[in-house]
Amino acid sequence: MAEAIAEVGGPGSIPARPAAEPSRDFQIIPIRGLPIVGVILVGLVAAIASNQLWALDFFHVAAGGLWTGIDLFVGLIIGPILGGMPVPARVAFSTRFMPKMLLVMPTLVVCTLAAGWQLARYVGNLTPASPNHPWLVASYIVVGVMAVIALGVLEPANLAVLFELKKPNPNGELIGRLMKRFVYSAGITGLMQVATLVIMTRVASR
Amino acid sequence: MSTAPSPRAKLPPVDRVGAVVIALVIAGGIDLGAHLPQKISLAPVDLLLAASILLVAYNVVSLLRVRDRFAWRMFLRVGRWALLAYLVIAGMLEYVFVLDGTRGSTLVVLTLMLAVFAVNIPMILAYSVARYQPVEPA
Repeated sequence: MAEAIAEVGGPGSIPARPAAEPSRDFQIIPIRGLPIVGVILVGLVAAIASNQLWALDFFHVAAGGLWTGIDLFVGLIIGPILGGMPVPARVAFSTRFMPKMLLVMPTLVVCTLAAGWQLARYVGNLTPASPNHPWLVASYIVVGVMAVIALGVLEPANLAVLFELKKPNPNGELIGRLMKRFVYSAGITGLMQVATLVIMTRVASR
Repeated sequence: MSTAPSPRAKLPPVDRVGAVVIALVIAGGIDLGAHLPQKISLAPVDLLLAASILLVAYNVVSLLRVRDRFAWRMFLRVGRWALLAYLVIAGMLEYVFVLDGTRGSTLVVLTLMLAVFAVNIPMILAYSVARYQPVEPA
């Protein structure tokens, strides 16, 4: 997600009015997706309340796998492809792609964390006596660093870019500057995602 | 008619201070999470929480000072929806901890940390959008 935006261009690479101007008539938060998010969250609450191993496992593994997979796929595959596309095409892609990410990613994150905590309690990994406990603490730190970057840098810039793109005359220099932030922070979150994979597979194997 | 957005130099660093608040709250959360369900000294977490509350208050005060140089309408528009979303997320996390039997002073500290989290992030998001928007006339 991060690099998809980051690759849209450097400072000044987006002209004030691109030749093939993409539509500015897009929703920053896709309203039609909200009921789906609501259903998923109700399912998450049901899984936690019922404390069923399968349900907790499902929410944690499915959401966590998608979170990690989407981050790596978009960063390593979509980002470089976008980088080779014409500027109007990049902007057009971003205006369709990023609003969906604003719904998908926070939903995956809350499902992963809430179900993961309950799962760790269920299987006894939360107690300091558990051999997996140090790995869990390591995962808290990894997720913590990712959260600071995602919530403090990536998400605010994402939102600012989307609002800028909705203006009749978007400021190309501003968009380029905001997107540059992603280049640096995406590398750190990518490394963190690899660390998450190592920790989680290690915990699951013991 | 609207005027051009205020230059960055004239606005307080709400986003940077907010990022520090996120780091403080998460550090406190990691400390708590690493020790639960054991009873531990809450002093380090209390310190982190107090510092984060002070910084959020600083952000609020410094934003209020730039009254006429800021796109308040956009700030409130983004902020209220973001607040709704983060209240749902914080509520979900609170629910898990309550369900797991977290009680007493630990629950109070945890609730306050989630409250700071739920207020701070919408403020960063709303500020990040509003700072680049035209300032509406009074």
